[in-house]
Amino acid sequence: MGKYWSSLILALALPVWGQAEEYNLSVDRVMIDTGGFVKEGIGYNGASPGPVLRFKEGEEVTINVTNNLDEMTSIHWHGLILPFEQDGVPGISFPGIPPGETFTYRFPVVQNGTYWYHSHSGFQEPAGAYGAIIIDAEGREPYRYDREYVVQLTDKHPHSGDRILRNLKMSADYYNRQQQTVGDFWRESSEQGFLATLRDRMMWGDMRMMKADIEDVQGFTGLINGKGPEQNWTGTFEPGDRVRLRFINSSAMTYFDVRIPGLKMTVVQADGNNVQPVTVDEFRIGVAETYDVIVHIRDAKAFTLFAESMGRSGYARGTLAPEEGMTAEVPELREAPLLTMADMAGHMDHGDMDHSSMEGMDHSDMEGMDHSSMESMDHSSMEGMDHSAMESQGNPDPFYAPGSGLVPAAANGGKFLSYADLKAQKPLYEEREPTREIELRLTGNMERYIWSINGIKYEDAEPIRLQYGERVRFKFVNETMMTHPMHLHGMWSILDVGEGKWNPIKHVISVAPATTVYMETEVDAPGEWAFHCHLAYHHAAGMFRKIIVEGGPDESVKSLTKAAEAQDGGES
Amino acid sequence: MMLRLPLAVACFSLALASPATTWAAPSDGGHNAHRHTVNSFWGVSLEEFEYRYSDSDDEVAVWDGDAFFGSDELKFRWIFSGEWEEAHDAFESLENQFVVQTPISDFFDAKAGVRIDTPEGPDRVYGVLGINGLAPYWFEVDSNLYVSDEGDASIDLDAEYELLLTNRLILSASLDVLVALSSDREIGLGKGLSSTETGLRLGYDLIDRSFSPYLGIVHERKYGDTADIARTSGGSKEDWFAVVGARLMF
Repeated sequence: MGKYWSSLILALALPVWGQAEEYNLSVDRVMIDTGGFVKEGIGYNGASPGPVLRFKEGEEVTINVTNNLDEMTSIHWHGLILPFEQDGVPGISFPGIPPGETFTYRFPVVQNGTYWYHSHSGFQEPAGAYGAIIIDAEGREPYRYDREYVVQLTDKHPHSGDRILRNLKMSADYYNRQQQTVGDFWRESSEQGFLATLRDRMMWGDMRMMKADIEDVQGFTGLINGKGPEQNWTGTFEPGDRVRLRFINSSAMTYFDVRIPGLKMTVVQADGNNVQPVTVDEFRIGVAETYDVIVHIRDAKAFTLFAESMGRSGYARGTLAPEEGMTAEVPELREAPLLTMADMAGHMDHGDMDHSSMEGMDHSDMEGMDHSSMESMDHSSMEGMDHSAMESQGNPDPFYAPGSGLVPAAANGGKFLSYADLKAQKPLYEEREPTREIELRLTGNMERYIWSINGIKYEDAEPIRLQYGERVRFKFVNETMMTHPMHLHGMWSILDVGEGKWNPIKHVISVAPATTVYMETEVDAPGEWAFHCHLAYHHAAGMFRKIIVEGGPDESVKSLTKAAEAQDGGES
Repeated sequence: MMLRLPLAVACFSLALASPATTWAAPSDGGHNAHRHTVNSFWGVSLEEFEYRYSDSDDEVAVWDGDAFFGSDELKFRWIFSGEWEEAHDAFESLENQFVVQTPISDFFDAKAGVRIDTPEGPDRVYGVLGINGLAPYWFEVDSNLYVSDEGDASIDLDAEYELLLTNRLILSASLDVLVALSSDREIGLGKGLSSTETGLRLGYDLIDRSFSPYLGIVHERKYGDTADIARTSGGSKEDWFAVVGARLMF
């Protein structure tokens, strides 16, 4: 009965939508073979990654998800704009899918581009429960290509998610095998002088912070479409082809720096939305982001698709070749970057949220800074900045703290994509002044592996309440030393790159250490939504909020919401 | 009266600990799959699990570890340590502490609870108040005030520093100091600085950080009245040990 009504109302309210397509997904235990190790995991329709779901803009899709696990599951359609009951976050959008049951998702497809889907339950996503979504555009796309491939990256780890989080809670540096050693000390001493090196170590030791703290979870194998570096995922082409590569970073924790030595990449889409084309040699893809690039391949030879992790602790590798079996040289991993005092600045400025840390700072850290830190800052960090970041780049990426150790540089000395290069191809919304600003400080305690927003973990936090129809300007202030990919469900994140109405439209905003980044959101989707850091273990440790959109849209949307509720009741 | 204090502390500990026992192990998939965040954890580690060979041909098995469960805000911790002397087939020391632990600053926790000593010889029950955490320059420190059921108080301070020769080959230096605020001759404790144990262990992380075998040397020394008491009962004031063991963490 409920189903009947919902279809009826949908049919009445949204007469423009075309054919309803039906898809079936089963959630299964699978074995995942990375070429280096084999581990039991979770997949869809018997495999991880799950099948590529190909939707068409304008259609209504029905997806039957059957849970063959012995635990609850869910699927979140990452980046899709849909009624909140279809968003797939247990405890927020719906109760979840119990073992043995089938849940039917049904929603209109109102966008096009590259997206993905994944479980939003426990650590099922790091266990392999993810897949790609391609939505074909209704109209013509402003670029052309001869063939396309999904390139879905992930960071498969031999440990289960539960175990990883437990280990991090016991010892936050459990997986960090890039820490500075005695050898590094002597090497640096001979280059920069013993005293300068000692001062540097004292300063970081005083703060109990590590320069090498870039990747929390090392020891993974990078996969492309489920294949490890040795298994070498290969996409074939005819010489002369323009190949569209749909990059999706489905990693639990890992940012990748992606390049294809010998080829320029033209970025045409970010997070599913077309951008004004920008040609680059390399780009960094944050966790849960997508980038579509087009490569024009003239030569009949193999090219390596190389994705190094941001902290250089691992990599994914694939090949583009005229035929299967051909390979090209696989580059060496570049030297691991180190954080600088610039990356610590947010922590230093704002570490005053509570009395304890404030005290700690006043008594030891600040003093230490006056005497030794500042000096060694001048000598090492700032110099480092002048030489590497400022000069060689000419134009340091404004989305990193000035002098940050994380500022990327292309391996061939060429162009590295910055957020500042992203401009919307076609604005989705009219430009208008935001109705208010909400400041969200990204906070945490590295040593205890606690992650939070405004110093409060999800379990202790009130939801963020937004009013339907407002345009909210979010101010992210990253007070930690880690980079956080912040993901808002249900509504677009318009990243402020200073281009006004051409600001790019995204679903994940990566915020580098000690930076402030703004995004604006047109609050046009009623209901309850999740908002969180997409790093699996930051999210699980508390960097998560519920967002409630209050107030109503017009009657037709309200009835749509009701219909979906009725349908929910009928299904589960 | 003196016995009641630690017991009261123990009861208090258990009462405090119970909220943390709303226990959802992260591995409890069915339940946990429903949560967005994971709020309770457990862990077991053995900092020292070793065999010691002394310069006077004594052999001693030694362990020092802890198990915990709880949340970021409140943990229940069982801290256990002991020394078993091969020659006498007896426990030279055997300690079990049950404490609750809560953060008091970014890097430090406070703990309170009870310690029960049941070695060869007289037993003792203590109330424990302590702090532990990470001091500047990466020193792991742990310090406690103990008040025994005999009314005697003592303070210990443990500090450890790890030097990374490589990311897996790690030299750790440790210093344990015990100071008695009053003497308890029955258990061989004289007033004042009573003993130190200094160790240097070279370990290798063989399997993640869960199994790290090591070799090392340990120096034990007793001072003042404590040394005198040891001498009169036929013990030594100072011992050197070669140690072989492993650090474990699950």
